[in-house]
Amino acid sequence: MLQIDCPWCGRRDEDEFTCGGQSHIERPALGCSDEQWGDYLFARINPKGLSLERWRHTYGCRQWFNMARDTVSHRILAIYGMTDPVPVLPEARA
Amino acid sequence: MSLPKQRIPGARIDTAKPVSFFFDGKPYQGYAGDTLASALLANGVRILGRGFKLHRPRGLLAAGKEEPNALVQLEEGAFTEPNVRATLQPLYAGLHARGQNAWPSVGFDVLGILGFFKPLFPASFYYKTFMWPSWHWYEWAVRRLAGLGKAPRERDPQHYQRQNVHCDLLIVGAGPAGLAAALQAAPSGRRILLIDEQEEAGGSLLAERETIDGKPAMDWVKATLATLAGHANVQVLARSTVTGYYDHNVLAAVERVSNHLGPDAPAHLPRERWWRIRAGQVILASGAMERPLVFPDNDRPGVMLASAVRHYLNRYGVAAGARTVVFTCNDSAYRTAIDLAQRGIAVAAVVDTRAGGAGELGERVRGLGIAVHTGYRVLGTRGRRGLRAVRIAPHAGGAAMNIACDVLAVSGGWSPVVHLFSQSGGSLRFDDGLQAFVPERAVQAVAAAGAAAGVTGLAAALAGGAEAARTALEAIGVAVLPALAVTAAPAPAERPLEPFWFTPDAAPEYQWLDFQYDVTVADIALAARENFVSVEHVKRYTTNGMSVDQGKTSNINALAVLASSTGRAIPEVGTTRFRPPYHPVTLGAIAGRGLGERYAPRLETPIHERHLELGAQMDDYGGWQRPACYLQPGEDEHRAVLRETREVRRGLALFDGSPLGKIEVRGPDAAEFLERVYINSVRNLAPGRARYGLMLNELGIVIDDGVLVRLAEDHFLVHTTSGGSGRIFLMLEEWLQCEWTTLRVRCTNVTTQWATVTLSGRGARDLLAPLVQGIDLGREAFPHMHFRTGSIAGVPARILRASFTGEASYEISVPANRGLDLWDTLHQAGSHEGIVAFGLEALLMLRAEKGYLHVGADTDGTTNPLDLGWGPVIAKKQSDFIGRRSLTTPNATREGRLCFCGIEPLDPSTALPIGAHVLDTLPGGTRRSGGYVTSSCFSPALGRWIGLGIVRDGPARAGEIVTVAGNGIEMQARLRGTVYVDPEGERLHA
Repeated sequence: MLQIDCPWCGRRDEDEFTCGGQSHIERPALGCSDEQWGDYLFARINPKGLSLERWRHTYGCRQWFNMARDTVSHRILAIYGMTDPVPVLPEARA
Repeated sequence: MSLPKQRIPGARIDTAKPVSFFFDGKPYQGYAGDTLASALLANGVRILGRGFKLHRPRGLLAAGKEEPNALVQLEEGAFTEPNVRATLQPLYAGLHARGQNAWPSVGFDVLGILGFFKPLFPASFYYKTFMWPSWHWYEWAVRRLAGLGKAPRERDPQHYQRQNVHCDLLIVGAGPAGLAAALQAAPSGRRILLIDEQEEAGGSLLAERETIDGKPAMDWVKATLATLAGHANVQVLARSTVTGYYDHNVLAAVERVSNHLGPDAPAHLPRERWWRIRAGQVILASGAMERPLVFPDNDRPGVMLASAVRHYLNRYGVAAGARTVVFTCNDSAYRTAIDLAQRGIAVAAVVDTRAGGAGELGERVRGLGIAVHTGYRVLGTRGRRGLRAVRIAPHAGGAAMNIACDVLAVSGGWSPVVHLFSQSGGSLRFDDGLQAFVPERAVQAVAAAGAAAGVTGLAAALAGGAEAARTALEAIGVAVLPALAVTAAPAPAERPLEPFWFTPDAAPEYQWLDFQYDVTVADIALAARENFVSVEHVKRYTTNGMSVDQGKTSNINALAVLASSTGRAIPEVGTTRFRPPYHPVTLGAIAGRGLGERYAPRLETPIHERHLELGAQMDDYGGWQRPACYLQPGEDEHRAVLRETREVRRGLALFDGSPLGKIEVRGPDAAEFLERVYINSVRNLAPGRARYGLMLNELGIVIDDGVLVRLAEDHFLVHTTSGGSGRIFLMLEEWLQCEWTTLRVRCTNVTTQWATVTLSGRGARDLLAPLVQGIDLGREAFPHMHFRTGSIAGVPARILRASFTGEASYEISVPANRGLDLWDTLHQAGSHEGIVAFGLEALLMLRAEKGYLHVGADTDGTTNPLDLGWGPVIAKKQSDFIGRRSLTTPNATREGRLCFCGIEPLDPSTALPIGAHVLDTLPGGTRRSGGYVTSSCFSPALGRWIGLGIVRDGPARAGEIVTVAGNGIEMQARLRGTVYVDPEGERLHA
């Protein structure tokens, strides 16, 4: 079980959080092609190594934030705001 | 050959305290300190289990967790526990246990005859042998012939607990390495947790005759425990098995709190306690397990692990038999011969597969006058109900010979217990010396120590444990401690193990690998011949390692057989992934106290107590306790619902709608935000007006519906379905926080802040008028789908004219703590007019008569708003909304989708079963589902059964007669529009 540093509440157990899956997915405009829309809905990268995800502190402040996580070691490399750019990260171990 | 009746002195049992117990109904006696297994062995009970498939008699193989055969059903009734390892169950007075998978008993099992049908049960037999006419034809019988213990059928009267603990250093295993680690770490003052799974600490020292610091090793164990007890920062958890290693150094353990006391344990004690541990550093001192050797008929009762024979002898004072043969491919089993011979128990021979035999221990065995056959292997065993003789022969060719014996002590080498290390994400390496997988690289803050790290010998285990503790403490900032001073005699010089995985020149179909699931060398070889390459596939195909022991004694041997069958080396084959739990965990322990009322918070409306007084039949609706109906004297539920339904249509009725979801959305961009959320137009909704709307997800699927109210220019009230407020609130927040981050909007879920009472029926306006202040209730002043604020009986109130019954309705909301007053006021005011309260069931019937959609009942995970006839509404809207793009895909707009429509049975007195399928007939006569019935009820207004459904192109086919199949029967029904009662809505606007 991960220990996650909520930007608002501090370090808490994963139990209190909800993972919202891959972050930084751009929502296409209404005029996009079926293929673009399909990718937006369904295409996810499922990486081995660095994964940029969004999480919500559901049983806490209920705020969303971004997390950079290594899917092999489960180390959390960074936590940053929903509107923040992806931070410069140490190389995640593949 | 007869067994010595007396226990051998010097063991860790108390012969002054006899304990009586029962196995398969027969009384026996053991002693305090015994396990069920040791006591049965001492009583000469050899058959403790039956094979899973063929019901072959099986006896004890091991003395610990890895025991595959001696699984028993402990006790009866509600206390009963299946698959209890007799080797782990301490004896208590009056213990009752039964053998499993046998009738009438494991000693005499009628189904033992199945052994003659072995060819019918090869690996994956259920895919192959029983295929005509179909497996299902045999499944019923085969499932009853094969199996393990039986789950209790009664409610579990025990209680269980869960506990969380944080520590700086967790040490798993209180054997020599673990104890040395704890002793080394204790003075640091850091919080240390030492967990051990046995009845008492000591690990392998309980079973071996070793010395530490010149004294018997158990003296050192005792002194160490005393020292640890003096450190307040050290907690020792006995009878506890660490079962899982998860992310960020979280481990789970199960403590068997009162299992050793049986059903008469004090009631305040939980049966088990589930620990969740967050550890700074972890040391895995989990030891090693001995592997059996594989040869023909190696499952005969009396064939035991060499270490287990020592364990029963040294710890319990039980000689496993009167005359033992040791069969080994390494030096360690020679200790068994020495320990037995020194106690005066006959050792007929040591059979060593290695031509060179053993090192120093070999000399000692010869010195005791025991014959040692090097370069030999066992070709077979004899004895129908237990071992009587073994047949051995030299590898190099030469005469075979028989040796009479009743115990064959086998050793195929040792496998470090790497389960937890592997679960932690650490990688494993195949060690050529040990011929076993050992920990390689850790990815979490964990290290293995002692035998678990692949270290052999007591001195090395002690030193390794202490060193691991120093390293772990350094990592958390503790200054380097002086090395622990503890010494053991150096291990005797050994000759290397030579792997002997199975007996290649003997019948493979009687060489057992997995005793629990009856998998043989032939089964693995068959899988290899059928081109199974991956070890994970072979595991599933043959079921090797899939039983309750998860292959603790069989995995490495099976890997080796697979490697040999496919011409690969063992590291190339790899190992199956170790997954939690290491040892089965009871569901009760995981649930802890979170059962019944404690399972989830109980949601009650502010009017709950009054419902009960009115005779409400309460039920759970989306987590809320709500009245299904109100029973009058002599009435059953069905009649009550019909009566309430009639009353609502006739006159005046009251309904508690408090769980109705209410979310306030406020801010300069509130209208813009909701415009993107609803499929309806929102901007053109005037303050004080209400609109029924739908919400979709991005897939275009309908997820919720409800009435949207504009309170002011920048202020909206979003009504959701009663169970949906939490979910929709989170969804709104997600869009605001993650996607539309610049919108200036705040959402607040006010569902439970307001109590809502719906006053429904023709008399509603007249009843309400004298009670309300500040609102003109006139027909034109306050029409349907409008909203007003004012007060009622002096209490601030919000009143919405919306209806789910089809009758003129006022949904009146007041602050929750005034909800009961509001109900009472209305109920009293209406008493002269015969006002009635109605429950959820009547509401659902009334809405079905009106054809109102019930999202989640009349829709499923494919239903989009076009299927509900909302195409024209959407077409009028220009801007984007959640899910809009999905409505323009070919799939969303194709013909033949399941659309919402009415469906009425031709026979008005027959119910269409909910879920019954509307059948389409294809060219050629094949029939398939063309939709299904989603709602069905008896309409009191029409005096007939009615229905709603989602049916292929339903609305376009109105009038068509279709066949509906459900509950095993077929009936005729007519497709139609959804509205059965008051299609013009006259009643609604009354």
